[in-house]
Parts: sequence; C-alpha cells; structure tokens
Amino acid sequence: MYKVILALRYLIKRRITYFAVLAVALCVFIVVVVMTIMTGLVGGFKEKNHSFTGDCVVGTDSLVGFAYYEDFAKQLEQADFMQGISPVIKSFALVSPAGTEQNYALEIMGIDPVAHSKATDFGKTLHYRKDDVSEAFKPLYDPNLAGCILGIDLALQRDAKGRYSYEPAPGRIALSVSCFPLTAKGALAKAGAGLVNTQTFYYSDHSHTGLPRVDSRLIYLPFQQAQSLCGMAGPLKRASAIHIKFKPDVKLQAGCQKVALLWQKFKQEKLGQDQAYLFDTVTVQSWKEYRRAFIAAMEKEQTMMTVMFCLVGITTVFIVLVVFYMIISHKSKDIGVLKSIGVSNVNIIQLFAGFAFSVGLLGSAMGTFAGWLFLSKINQIESWLFEHFRFQLWDRTIYAIGDIPNQVEFKVLAAIILSAIVACLAGALIPSLQAARLKPVETLQVSQL
Amino acid sequence: MSNENSILKAEALYKAYRMGVTKVQVLKGVDLAVKKGEFVAIVGASGSGKSTLLHILGGLDRPNKGAVSFEGRDLSKISAGELNRYRNKMVGFVFQFYHLLDELNVLENVYLPTMASKSIAGWLVCRKWAKARARQLLAELGLADRANHKPYQLSGGERQRVAIGRALMNEPKLLLADEPTGNLDSATGNGILDILGKLNRAGQTIVMVTHDERVAQRAERIVTLADGKIRGG
Repeated sequence: MYKVILALRYLIKRRITYFAVLAVALCVFIVVVVMTIMTGLVGGFKEKNHSFTGDCVVGTDSLVGFAYYEDFAKQLEQADFMQGISPVIKSFALVSPAGTEQNYALEIMGIDPVAHSKATDFGKTLHYRKDDVSEAFKPLYDPNLAGCILGIDLALQRDAKGRYSYEPAPGRIALSVSCFPLTAKGALAKAGAGLVNTQTFYYSDHSHTGLPRVDSRLIYLPFQQAQSLCGMAGPLKRASAIHIKFKPDVKLQAGCQKVALLWQKFKQEKLGQDQAYLFDTVTVQSWKEYRRAFIAAMEKEQTMMTVMFCLVGITTVFIVLVVFYMIISHKSKDIGVLKSIGVSNVNIIQLFAGFAFSVGLLGSAMGTFAGWLFLSKINQIESWLFEHFRFQLWDRTIYAIGDIPNQVEFKVLAAIILSAIVACLAGALIPSLQAARLKPVETLQVSQL
Repeated sequence: MSNENSILKAEALYKAYRMGVTKVQVLKGVDLAVKKGEFVAIVGASGSGKSTLLHILGGLDRPNKGAVSFEGRDLSKISAGELNRYRNKMVGFVFQFYHLLDELNVLENVYLPTMASKSIAGWLVCRKWAKARARQLLAELGLADRANHKPYQLSGGERQRVAIGRALMNEPKLLLADEPTGNLDSATGNGILDILGKLNRAGQTIVMVTHDERVAQRAERIVTLADGKIRGG
C-alpha cells in the first residue's frame, strides 16, 4: 500500500514530475491526432479502391486483352460463391471535346453498367443515374445518343473547399474518342487505313470514386463500343479483365484461391486453341494486389509516420529517464529510510515502476483527451483557418479529400496508451534499478545530506 | 562481560572502506555483546566507526569479516528476505537527521514500517489497528496534536520524536539510535534522552551511538570505540 501512496504523492508533490507528465501528454496528443488522420486516410483510400475494383480481378495489363472471357465468365457465374461478374475493356484513348482542337490522353473502361454495379460499387459513384444504372449511358437530354460517363474531375470543377458545383442535368457535351485498335498479336489492326477507330460519345453522367487518379483520367464507355474501338470485337472477342464480387460470407483469400483454381482449369481446357497464348499474361489478383501500386504508397507513408513516432516515443523514454534520474537522485534518502525499515530491492523497483506507470497513465489520459477534443473540432478549426487565413491542411482543389478523418479507432488508441505507459516504464527502468542498488548506509550518511 | 542472555552479539568485526586509492580500515576486530533490556552507549571520536558498527548491527551493512548474531541467529547466514524482515520487525532505527519522508504526514511516517510489511489486502485488514497504535505512540511522545502535520511543519525535537515513534511502531526488540541528539539543542536533546531512558526502563533494549560523553552518561553501560576496537565497558 505504501508503494501506491508514495507513488501518487511523488506524482502530485514533485513539480518536476509535471514535466514528465506533460511530455507524455504532448507525445500522446501528437500521435493520437496524426495516427487517427493517417489511419483514416489510408483506411478510406483502401475502401475506395475496394469499391472501385470489387473483390477479385482476372485480367491482364496487356492492351491486347485475352480471349474466351465469355466462356470463363459463364463458368464463374455457376460458382456458388459469386455475387457479381463484370468483364471490362481497358485501354487508352485520345479524347477531343467536339468543336475544339484540344485532345486529352485518357484511360477508357468499357463496361456493362448493370453487371459492373454488381461486381463493384460503380452504381453508387454515379450522380444522375444512381437509381437506374441500366440507363447510365443514356444522356438525359437525348437517350438515343451513345453516352459516356466521365470521371467527376473531368466533368465538374471543385471549389476551394473541395465541393463540386453540380448541375440539375448533364450538359450536352460531345466527345470524340479515338483508340488504336490492336490485333491479338499486338499489331496495329488498321495499319495503312488511318490507324485509329473514332466514335463520338455524349456526356451522360459522371462517376465520383474518390480516387483522384480515376476521377481525373477515366472515361466509362459502353462495353461493346469500347470493344470495337480497341479492336477486341473480332470473331474471337477479347476483354481486358473480369471484375468479381464474392458473396458476403466468402473470405477474400479463400475466394481468390477458388477463382485461381477455376482459371487454371479453364486454361487447361483451352490449351492449344486459337489465341490461348494470350492467357500467359492473365493473373488472378485480389483487389489489394490489383491496386497494390497505389495502396502501397499510402501504406509506406503510414509506416514512415509510425517510424517517426517511434522516434518521438524514444524521446519520451529519454525525458522520463532524465526526470526519474533527477527524482531518484533527490529521493536517495527516502530509499535509504525505506530499506532501513525492511523494504526489499524488488519493492523499491515496484515503487518507482508504479510511479512511472502513474506518469504514463496520467500523461496518456491527458494526451488522449486533448487529442480527442482536437480531433472532434479539427474540421471546424480547419474551416475557420481557411475562412480567416486561407490555410488548408490539404488544398482541396488538388487533393480529393472531403472532411479530415477524425474517427478515433479504439485499437489504435489502446496501442498508443499502452506504448506510452511502456515508454514510461522503460524510461524509469534504469533509475529504478539504480535506486534498488543504493546502499542505505551511503544514502543515510551525514555527509550525503 | 558474560555473553549469556545476549540478545545481540558481535564477534571480531572487521570493516574497511575504499576512499579513492586508499583503503581505510574502520573496524579492526570489534567484539560486543548486548543483553536484553540493556541500554548501551557506544562513544568514540568522529570517524571512529561508531555509525558503521551500528549499521552492521542493524543489518544495513555487512562486515568484511566477523559475525553479528541476533538472538543466536547469524545475520550473515540469513537470506535477503529474512534480513529485510529483521530490519522491519526486530530493529528500530533512530537517525541523527530524523530521516522522515516529506511526502507523508506525521501519522503516516509513524505507521510506515507496519504498512511496508503488509500486502495491500493485509494492510486493509490491519490498518485500523496500525493507525490506533501510531496515534497511541504519538500521544506517548507528546505529539497527539501533530498527527496530520507534515515533517517540515515540526521542530527538530518533534521530528526526532516522530522518528522514535516510527522506530517503535513494530515493537522491535532492539532500538538503534545514531547520534539521536546530535542535531538538537541541549534542552531538546535531554527530552529525547528522557524518552529513551523511559523506554529502557520499560524493557526496551537500546544501543546508542554518540560522540558526547554527557549524552552517553544516560546509558547504563558505555563502551568506547577507538582505533577500530572496543575499549572498556
């Protein structure tokens, strides 16, 4: 009991302890705020990639695509773990707004909007046709025209706060889309005949995925038209990929493994058939693997942040060590007295460990509360700073970020508090051991006073 | 004197300290026996090793050679845990500079040895008794109205009385006092010596270290430590 009482009294009565508590509180505050924002950003980014991709992709990076995709899609449809299957065409195109000399190199994705909405969250990204995805490629102003869906940043402007100015109906914008059709061997299909396939599409809707690269560079086209433009609509039709969504109770890895097995079997069946060689570049990937290039960069940033905060943690350990060293130096007489009344070395260590635990707990509580308070107001603070000083943490005209993520995750919080307490215990370890080794005779000598 | 009935016995104690490159031999074969209920004063010049001897007798330090036995048990042969229990239960220390804990009030300082010997559960069971015992000791020492004061609010004499209360809390068989009046004026010091005398008359065994012959006269037996050995007594 004396250990609890003395640890708490040292905490309350020794002013130098306040510095240790403040150091811990400050570190916890910074880590809670930054980790919450980073975790929110990375988590949100992953979720958007998942929504955009579906659960699994069977596809190739080759612009030629692969044949027999319809046969494989039929096999997939029969599998009991499937919820949605969407063959897609992926390529690049030169896009010119009608009546202008400008052209832009953009990515195109040919889809069946209904199938793609079952395999991904495509339907939820639409604005005008969200409730009737089957009509997505029919412009409201003339449903008979061939429609296209633009990434939102291609269609609308964002204001300084990152808000889009939506129109009640899409404007009549005609876009001339030109692609280089390729043969199954990868040669230009129209060599000597103008090289390109061109077709005009009309802006029918826009898609807001929240992924800047997608929203600013991608145009969705109807599947058949995209297939024709890219030269994949020959007697043996080709596609670039099949996006798949599993039933909710199917685990990602298990589902992907089943698809991979089906694909291997399918490849064997088609061995030796025309264009079967195109299967060599086809892979089966989970959405995480498929979007790895984008997600990995964010995760790397998060890892770097974590490493940086480990260094902050080491600084905390050092501060606690210094403070405890000073406290124990001043408390050597107390240690001598305690030993003279029979307190053991282990109990001396426990006393100072309890003291360190109190410092860590109090500092963590203060830092967590301050962090929570700051995070709960962070978006209001940013708005106020923007209104008065034009300051933004992220320039919303550049970054596709709405509100700053501020949902504190219990797991992250628990890890931070635990780390802070462990850091305090680590910082107090050496001084505590030193205290335990103190000889009472030396500390109680008149010359030591 | 006869070693029979000795509660505490020191035999051929040797102790040396290293000061830089020099080795200082403080005790050079000290023999001492203290009977139960005796009040022994150890006198000697400053630096003669009185405090060192007292610390060895109280189990705070170990001799380089020789043995200390308490009630027939050799302190050098008991475990660290038993030595802690010896310091907690059998011995009470009174220091020249009182050595009270500033963070605790007077009452808490007095019952600290009892609290230190108990687990949290054990303390919860006996705390009423311990607090009553501490209050009783403070009343006997004339400090009943000072129980909730902090050490810095007390005079030197009052602090030393609190230290005596702390030393007596666990009813030790042996009270070791290291220059208990060394930091007090004459009148206050006499008050402390009166308390020690009263305790001795009540049966308390006391070993007191002092450099002051007049203080030593209050004990029933005086031994002199000179040149690292006991002379006389």
